[in-house]
Amino acid sequence: MSRHVVAPVAEIPPGGRKVVEAAGKRIVVFNLDGDFFALLDRCPHQGGALSGGIQCGLTLSDEPGRYHFSRAGEFIRCPWHQWEFDIRTGKSWFDPRRTKVRPFPAAVEAGATLVEGPYQAETVPVSVEESYVVVEA
Amino acid sequence: MNLVRPIASPGRPAAATLGLVDVDIHPRVRDLAEFRPFMSDADWHRLTTYGIHARHGFAKGYPFPKAAPLACRRDAWPPGGGPPASDLPFLQEQLLDRYGMDIGVLNPLQPSGQGDVNDGLSAALARAVNEWQVEHWLRHEDRLRGSIVVPYEDGAASAAEIRHWAGDPRFCQVLLMSRTCEPLGRQRYWPIYEAAAEVGLPIGIHAFGYSGHAMTNGGWPSFYVEEVQEHATSAQAQVASMVVEGVFERFPDAKAVMIECGFGWMPSLGWRLDASWKRLKDEVPHLTRAPSEYMRDHVFVSTQPIEEPERPEHLLDAMEWIGWDRILFASDYPHWDFDDPRLAVPSFIPEEKRAAIYGGNANRIYRFR
Repeated sequence: MSRHVVAPVAEIPPGGRKVVEAAGKRIVVFNLDGDFFALLDRCPHQGGALSGGIQCGLTLSDEPGRYHFSRAGEFIRCPWHQWEFDIRTGKSWFDPRRTKVRPFPAAVEAGATLVEGPYQAETVPVSVEESYVVVEA
Repeated sequence: MNLVRPIASPGRPAAATLGLVDVDIHPRVRDLAEFRPFMSDADWHRLTTYGIHARHGFAKGYPFPKAAPLACRRDAWPPGGGPPASDLPFLQEQLLDRYGMDIGVLNPLQPSGQGDVNDGLSAALARAVNEWQVEHWLRHEDRLRGSIVVPYEDGAASAAEIRHWAGDPRFCQVLLMSRTCEPLGRQRYWPIYEAAAEVGLPIGIHAFGYSGHAMTNGGWPSFYVEEVQEHATSAQAQVASMVVEGVFERFPDAKAVMIECGFGWMPSLGWRLDASWKRLKDEVPHLTRAPSEYMRDHVFVSTQPIEEPERPEHLLDAMEWIGWDRILFASDYPHWDFDDPRLAVPSFIPEEKRAAIYGGNANRIYRFR
């Protein structure tokens, strides 16, 4: 595992996402209210690119006819067969133990610390003043 | 047919050694105006002034969103604009080239005018859709084949449409929907089977359509998930009707390909029909064989949506009953429940049987090679 600078923080606003390549993998990076999460951009079911899906919430029910909507935008829904994954963990909602998409640690780092290295930033130039999203992959 | 394509096809299954044929692709018009060159002034005026009248109460078109916009994969919208499967180059890239398909069968859905309450408009639209398939798709892409769209509630007009395209190798089947005004075995539909037999084409029966009746035997469902599973029951009603009314007795060369209907229901339907027929065959003396024999000789099924039982042997048993030579691969592109050919046909199915499903069976039934 190595650390990759994938974008300046401002490039992925809250609710936004970006597809990046790191360590030869296609990874989609999400910003949920200032927290960053990264998932492999490939659905474990039939391989649909998760980055092409919509972000949705969770509708729960404690009995037929009663519904509660929560966690708006915290699930990514595959554009093919509507499988849903928790962006925070990569776990599927229907079978969290066995069906999951690989998560990668993502964090925000100040440019001042990053210029020290070690990191992989072939495509993102780093300046001391800015902050960056760093993915470990 | 090229078994080894010159273009890179990362998605082609290695087991597709007899060819890869997709029997369920849904092309769509960017805009109704694409039909204009193929319609008379009067029909165009009627269509654009009064519209399509599906047998569906006062609803126009899709009565609800089906899990995804236009029920399509979200990555299937062409970059150049227009709805999914309205753009030939993008369909070639995303489907035919990517999966290395040798042949893809077009099944146009609405707006096709099929099942429309207005017989005249239904017939005019059917002709327009067929001309449109030729001009927009078949003329430009050898790998695609069309389906003859017919105004199926009008048997005579449907037969005329089939005969109009007789002998045209670009069309490989006659297309019906699974929800019809009356069960498909009724004699009002026999002119369709007669004409299809005459020109030597199978009948494709695709799930959906608007019959005017509630879509389940128990009435209108509350949820989309109920509608999706209902296709298995409407398909059973259609197969039972065609068998019991004697369609396959009267038209011994008829072939019915059930598309997007699943197939796990086939064995139990055959068992039940056979059991009842043994006791009640006095009522249907026009049947000379057990109902399951007609099913095995005349009914074909497609893989999408394939049943996914917990235990693989249950799927193998159902497929064995239907017949390994009767199951055809389908992707349902560009709909959201699209099947990737590499993953849709499970690897626990023996390789030579997978090869038959991927292409061998379709090549034989549709006479592609």
